[in-house]
Amino acid sequence: MKARTQKLFLIPYYLWIALFVIAPILLIVYYSFLDIYGNFTLKNYRRFFSPVYLEMTLTSFWYALLITLFCLIVAYPTAYLLTRTRYKQLWMLLIIMPSWINLLLKAYAFIGIFGAHGMANALLEVLGIGSRQILYTDFSFIFVAVYIFIPFMILPIFNALDKLDKTYIDAAMDLGASRWQTFLRVIFPLTLNGVKSGCQVVFIPALSLFMLTRLIAGNRVITLGTAVEQQFLVNQDWGMGSTIAVFLVIIMFIIVALSERGVRNGKKAKN
Amino acid sequence: MAKKQKIDFASIYLFIVFLILYLPIFYLIYYSFNSGGKMYNFDSFTLEWYRELFGNTRMLIIVLNTIIIALLSAAFATIIGVCGAIGIWLMKNRISRQTVLSLNNILIVSPDVVIGASFLLLFTIAGIKLGFTSVLLAHIAFSVPIVVLMVLPKLQELPQSIIDAAQDLGASHWGVFTKVILPLITPGIFAGFFMALTYSLDDFAVTFFVTGSGFSTLSVEIYSMARRGVSLEINALSTILFVITILLVIGYYFIVSKQNNGQGARLGARK
Amino acid sequence: MKKIVRAFTAIFIVSIILIIWVNRLNASEGYTGENTITVFNWGDYIDMDLIKRFEEETGITVIYETFDSNEAMLTKIQQGGTSYDVAVPSEYAVERLKEEGLLYPLDHEKLPNLVNIDERFLDMPYDPGNQYSVPYFWGTVGIAYNTRILGNRTFESWNDLWAPDLRNQILLIDGAREVMGFGLNSLNYSLNDKNPEHLYEAKEKLKKLWPNIKAIVGDEMKMLLVNEEAPVAVTWSGDVSEAMWENEYIDYAVPKEGSNLWFDTMVIPKTADNIDGAHKFINFMLDAEVAAQNTDYIGYATPNKAAMELLDEEVVNDERFYPPDEITEKLEVYESLGKETLALYSELYLQFKMERK
Repeated sequence: MKARTQKLFLIPYYLWIALFVIAPILLIVYYSFLDIYGNFTLKNYRRFFSPVYLEMTLTSFWYALLITLFCLIVAYPTAYLLTRTRYKQLWMLLIIMPSWINLLLKAYAFIGIFGAHGMANALLEVLGIGSRQILYTDFSFIFVAVYIFIPFMILPIFNALDKLDKTYIDAAMDLGASRWQTFLRVIFPLTLNGVKSGCQVVFIPALSLFMLTRLIAGNRVITLGTAVEQQFLVNQDWGMGSTIAVFLVIIMFIIVALSERGVRNGKKAKN
Repeated sequence: MAKKQKIDFASIYLFIVFLILYLPIFYLIYYSFNSGGKMYNFDSFTLEWYRELFGNTRMLIIVLNTIIIALLSAAFATIIGVCGAIGIWLMKNRISRQTVLSLNNILIVSPDVVIGASFLLLFTIAGIKLGFTSVLLAHIAFSVPIVVLMVLPKLQELPQSIIDAAQDLGASHWGVFTKVILPLITPGIFAGFFMALTYSLDDFAVTFFVTGSGFSTLSVEIYSMARRGVSLEINALSTILFVITILLVIGYYFIVSKQNNGQGARLGARK
Repeated sequence: MKKIVRAFTAIFIVSIILIIWVNRLNASEGYTGENTITVFNWGDYIDMDLIKRFEEETGITVIYETFDSNEAMLTKIQQGGTSYDVAVPSEYAVERLKEEGLLYPLDHEKLPNLVNIDERFLDMPYDPGNQYSVPYFWGTVGIAYNTRILGNRTFESWNDLWAPDLRNQILLIDGAREVMGFGLNSLNYSLNDKNPEHLYEAKEKLKKLWPNIKAIVGDEMKMLLVNEEAPVAVTWSGDVSEAMWENEYIDYAVPKEGSNLWFDTMVIPKTADNIDGAHKFINFMLDAEVAAQNTDYIGYATPNKAAMELLDEEVVNDERFYPPDEITEKLEVYESLGKETLALYSELYLQFKMERK
């Protein structure tokens, strides 16, 4: 009986997986073996393992890691403090709302804010630091990327914290744990699921950012996503674009598997 | 005394987070009153862009299209996603569960261009005419995984004992589902819905690929305007939409919280 | 449960109401009628008042769709899911469309206003005899520079960009053929060069330009020039002439080694439904008065000789944007390179971008 209910639930979902996940992946894998003339080739994979592309993969990883890290550093306290406010659901909605404004418009606004004669530099002048180049630097790229992704990091952490049974915290405090210990030993482990899904939702898209690399980083940062976009839309080399995409998908599988295992080990250790 | 200082620190932190989140939006709003017609060099105050906007039927159609697609795709994606999440949750086998989860996350990791391009191929093969239907299907497709990710943690936090208890008390599977599980994961469902809405409103690249026959959404329109500089009509439009959503969100929040006051809230949770 | 059902019912009801509203609006605007043409153009690349005038004069409703790059447009036309009646590709995209048999030959008898086009811009190598395309706007690639910041400095050669004192001062337009093109030009090669060694040489030379490059940007170029984000930029003339309206210190030069001469053109794709209407639209856009008004609005250089007589003398006599024959002779139109060489251009350009040190 239970098995049947489960199948009933899975029918629409599996249909979705088959049509919009498996089918497109098969298409991508298929295209990754084609050259620009549509003939079978392994050249794309050889190209991917050339130093130029490998180095780009590494940089891409590095930036995605930084973006996720800064997101987490900003998001966790925000989520934590939000759960303690009076109208917490409302505040949470207000955190999500900026992401309903078109990304391109916000990017344009940031170009204005960070520009040579923009608001940020005016502020630096006033503070006596003096204006400097902000736009088209690593700083502006990471800042704006964190800005874009932060609601997606805050939401799952907020949900996890909101769920948290307050009695655990009281118990820990009663048993003489300091605030820091309580956080490290009780709160953080109990909200690890939220942190984990937040990191997944941020890290993986951060690997494949492409519009911001052009608008905010001025093409000084090239991520895997930029390369895919360039190959698909500019070079019209769908084969190479698909090859890079195949690696993105593989990387994603590895990350999901690792975070699953991490949590399991964590649980075992606690047991 | 010490406690009071802590609270102040908390409010300052949250204030800064909100300030940064809304800074580019205020920037956009500010320039929507610029008679100079550009998002830089503020000339003088004008309402010209708002006047132009209200005379623009084409823009109204685009806005309505955007809202319809966002609402419908988020609703369908939520239904499919919740089914999927429950299905995954009921899975006993760890490996198959992890495989399904990885498949689920593929659309989150794939760069938009790849999703767009592969969907375009898919719709071409399936013979679906580009336009409203193709855009709606695409938006449903890429919103499903985020709903699953939002709902699944809620399910995992459900104590097995509650379900067992309900079943022991003679509840049918359907009864357990509607009376026990759904109410407990409602916050996750709404979070998933809002995320799906966000994805849909934010999407440019996928829509760009799969749209046609005169059908257009706001982000596609904005992107294609970029060549000659975004018209401030768009800023005016964003301002209006932003104000309306803020009012709706706050209004909705207070209506709901008034209804749920006191006992109502607890009763509501049990339904 | 009730809460969820109620919420979803509300969402569906609202959606249905909105759908009915949109259908009404579409019907009242004539978008769903029979007598329509779909124009596929760059965003904001036409004076919308002219579309209204065309609709009033002919009774044909225009559906205006936009794209942001030639490649995106190509993909859409290849896919064939939409019936575009008129499209506005650049000259190299015309060649691609032609090669793939995606264009409908123009009936010159239905285009009497074609005589308005300057003969210099007819019968170009990308479309002999204007069998498929009619020029819409044209321009060059060159160096824009800010005289307020740089004083009397001029840019006569592409090699001036490599000057050590321009560190972190240059913006480049994000285009493989534009960037590789000026790399090749600076080495006195043709920007249509197909010799891989020359191309590698150009890439190596461009790599040495990185210390001077502030950013490689797209459509934001105009805004960045006006805001004086950087004093030097390599970009299209159209962008520069627009930026000049807002910042008087900007000047523009086409280097002596030569550069690119580009065209945006009007064509009728094979996907067209209303071929007669498409011809009417193209002919309308070729009308002297219409083209003059459009040029006034867009600010790019028009190939329409009759329209130039109606425009401000100051505009059409500006040799930076309407260069005389002696200069245009040195300029080259992009030729179709063939898939393989084009892929090499793109790949080398991508490598140049990735090899920032």
